[in-house]
Amino acid sequence: MSENHRSPWFMPIIYIGGLIFGFGLAISGMARPEVVLDFLQFEDFGLLFVMGGAAIVTGITFAVATRSLDRAPLTASEYTRRVKEFDRNVVVGGTIFGVGWGLSGICPGAAYASVGIGNYPILWAVFGMFLGAYAQGYWRALRPTSTDDMTEITSS
Amino acid sequence: MSELTPLLALGEFFPRGVLPYLLGGLLVGLGAAVIYLATGIIAGASTFLESTLSYVSDVPRFNRFKYVQSRDWRLVFTAGIVSGAAVYAVLFQGAIWTTDVQWWRLLGGGFLVGVGTRLGKGCTSGHGVCGVGSLSNTSLVNVATFLAVAIGTAQLVQAMGVAP
Repeated sequence: MSENHRSPWFMPIIYIGGLIFGFGLAISGMARPEVVLDFLQFEDFGLLFVMGGAAIVTGITFAVATRSLDRAPLTASEYTRRVKEFDRNVVVGGTIFGVGWGLSGICPGAAYASVGIGNYPILWAVFGMFLGAYAQGYWRALRPTSTDDMTEITSS
Repeated sequence: MSELTPLLALGEFFPRGVLPYLLGGLLVGLGAAVIYLATGIIAGASTFLESTLSYVSDVPRFNRFKYVQSRDWRLVFTAGIVSGAAVYAVLFQGAIWTTDVQWWRLLGGGFLVGVGTRLGKGCTSGHGVCGVGSLSNTSLVNVATFLAVAIGTAQLVQAMGVAP
């Protein structure tokens, strides 16, 4: 990504995109851990419409942009799809994430949105997420020669 | 009236209705689409954790080029998410809202989410929204894994009588 050719509109657009994103999370109820837990306990299946609705919009956008559009106006970056390499960590990470999500009902984006609706107890979760991200980064820095990390470095 | 019966039966699965969920989901997608169309950036919410740690930590992993290069806009993106939810709260919620979920669940769950999302290369927005929208097999596997495990965990916690 050639983000070094940023237009003056770059940051305002990122902010506006985040604003719409956060407003959507709040209106969908995802900023409330109780709503997420209700889904996971089969009491309210609404979350399927949140993820489904969002993935349909991004899916159409990615498909149209990668096929028919040239380059992003604010960065001159090419349009690509989000395709990450598969390895064991994807499953292990997904499992650990699932335990955390099922225990707390929070995920990163929804936790930030939860701060916005005044839910100050969520700061426990935000603190926990930073701690977790730090722990895994520190741990993986201790074993930088593993094959997992090598593939990631060469692919990024 | 008889043609409405299936809808009424479905209502049981959607005690809060469907519209706020669908509308919210479309807006989440729209927010990501606005950023993507303008900049080519596929915005996930969890890389913010690592890229922000690069401001305060010397651990080389957090100071890789892609994190240091993107940490400023990821802060702005997250500030946008917080403000967007705050706009909702001011317009529709009235007073502040706080969760009843206990602090140790939030802290412990947050820690595991922090480990899992970074190890697994994404979260509910990165894999769940943008990855699935890209029809990425990696993301589909990750989402299927965390959905199944989260459902099992939440049901187990409930069965053990922990509420909320």
